[in-house]
Amino acid sequence: MSDPGRFRGYAAALWGMVLRDLTVLRRNLAPFVTRTVMNPLLFVFIFTYVLPRIGQGVQTGGAGVTYATIIVPGLVAVGMVFQGISAVALPLSLELGATREIEDRVLAPLPVELVAIEKLVFGAVQGILAGAVVFPLVYIVPATEVSIRVANWPLLVSVILLASLTSGALGLALGTIVRPQQIGLMFALVVVPITFLGCVYYPWAMLHSIRWLQVLVLVNPLVYMSEGLRAALTPDLPHMPTLAFLGALTGATLLLGGIGVRAFVRRTIS
Amino acid sequence: MPGALVVERLAKRYPGPPEITALAGVDLEVRPGEIFGLLGPNGAGKTTTVGVCTTRVRATSGRVLVEGLDVRAEPAAVKRRIGVVTQQNTLDRACTLRENLYFHCRFFGFSATEARARADELLQRLRLTDRAGALPLTLSGGLAQRVQIARAVAHRPHILFLDEPTAGLDPQSRLALWELVAELRRDGLTVLLTTHYMEEADRLSDRVAIIDHGRVLVTGTPAELKRTVGAGTVVQVRLTRTDPALLAALRGLPGVGEVEEAPGGLRVLAQGREGLISSLVETAIPYGLQDVAITEPTLETVFIKLTGRDLRE
Repeated sequence: MSDPGRFRGYAAALWGMVLRDLTVLRRNLAPFVTRTVMNPLLFVFIFTYVLPRIGQGVQTGGAGVTYATIIVPGLVAVGMVFQGISAVALPLSLELGATREIEDRVLAPLPVELVAIEKLVFGAVQGILAGAVVFPLVYIVPATEVSIRVANWPLLVSVILLASLTSGALGLALGTIVRPQQIGLMFALVVVPITFLGCVYYPWAMLHSIRWLQVLVLVNPLVYMSEGLRAALTPDLPHMPTLAFLGALTGATLLLGGIGVRAFVRRTIS
Repeated sequence: MPGALVVERLAKRYPGPPEITALAGVDLEVRPGEIFGLLGPNGAGKTTTVGVCTTRVRATSGRVLVEGLDVRAEPAAVKRRIGVVTQQNTLDRACTLRENLYFHCRFFGFSATEARARADELLQRLRLTDRAGALPLTLSGGLAQRVQIARAVAHRPHILFLDEPTAGLDPQSRLALWELVAELRRDGLTVLLTTHYMEEADRLSDRVAIIDHGRVLVTGTPAELKRTVGAGTVVQVRLTRTDPALLAALRGLPGVGEVEEAPGGLRVLAQGREGLISSLVETAIPYGLQDVAITEPTLETVFIKLTGRDLRE
């Protein structure tokens, strides 16, 4: 047996894992789309179609901007983060815990840290796909007008990349730390709070009247995804300064990714 | 000939509390092309030894060389040279059998064409071609284990690690697996097999190491190890009660080597069996003799002699 160059060997193994994940994703395309669209579809249906028609519309307070416009960036962000959890955390928790399916990848000829990073990156790819599925939905379904204007394309691309990586990193951290039997608890204690407190349904600036909450939600990475997409898609609405969300998303990716990779190594090598 | 696998003074302690010593200084040398059996009861340190040899457990001290490569310093290069079958079924449940083999090959740098050809070749060899599209969860334990072995050797490693490969399998699947392992060895593969079935170690292994409490007690061919018992015949005597007088009487019989207490009676180690049984039965009847079973020494006898315990205890 001849050894290829070290890095060529690693690259080949990583590519093999990406191919494996693509195959599984292709096979599970229907469930992927279903779990991605259900939450935003129902949300926009109720809040931007049903409620306005029965005279219960949410007051936006903004000048001439519909609620449907306000929630577009947030729902895209939730779609991405939810994908990080359902595409990375859930399978990983099982593969590391109950089934040990991860074993064959741990035994592949590359450092196990790279196996973890592949999970993160592939979660990010699925996050981007999820965003792409959610966006047209929340744009088309509402009965009221949705006004989207991309003024700065490089900013949009940077936000999407960073937000998807943060989603993958969150998925990796949760998947390596949460045991299979705690998955239900994870939804109650992590997924639900970060979505409701993620500045999804309201811009962060509008929280100024509840100051303690405005400060508290800053620990939530979803806030920066929502705000970043808000800045990129609806620049006329109030949003955080660019440097703040780009910096926070980079920091969150590194922190959660670091925690995830370390926990992954601890779970696979004793 | 240099060892395909060299294990030197391997120790592994899991920090507590309570601190657990899984390995207390294991030495092994596996020669190229042999089937080496690591025999011991559950908890003896077999799986930990395999874990260190296969880069998945970090040793506290000591070292492991796979074809001269230090496992700790060069895990990726070592992983190219080894195939591993773990106790648990770790087949990728989201992928078909063919995909399990195909992607494994891709992890090891095979091109798409090579990987496809290798996967099909292995499926054919295991007579699983008609199940190629099946998902692992639909397989019986025996078949899943065969696919795991196929996957482990798919990248053509030099050394195959089988950790308790037949634990939980029915007798028929166990026989089929033994045949498969023997076949792989004929291809030139070196095999390290762990087991707590003495028959498995005896049938398959060229050499056996008996391990207990994280230490290797003895290493040799099964025949050599059985000779150390110092008896050609082992008689299990079942009694209603054991009596020191009976022990003494039995020890006095011609040809009898040792007499030991065993669960439910006594174990008599003797040279030959000529005339032994009739005099033994005659001597034992007054003490409530229930049954006599005559066997040859097995690796189990060796283990009992070394540790005073049964393999299954």
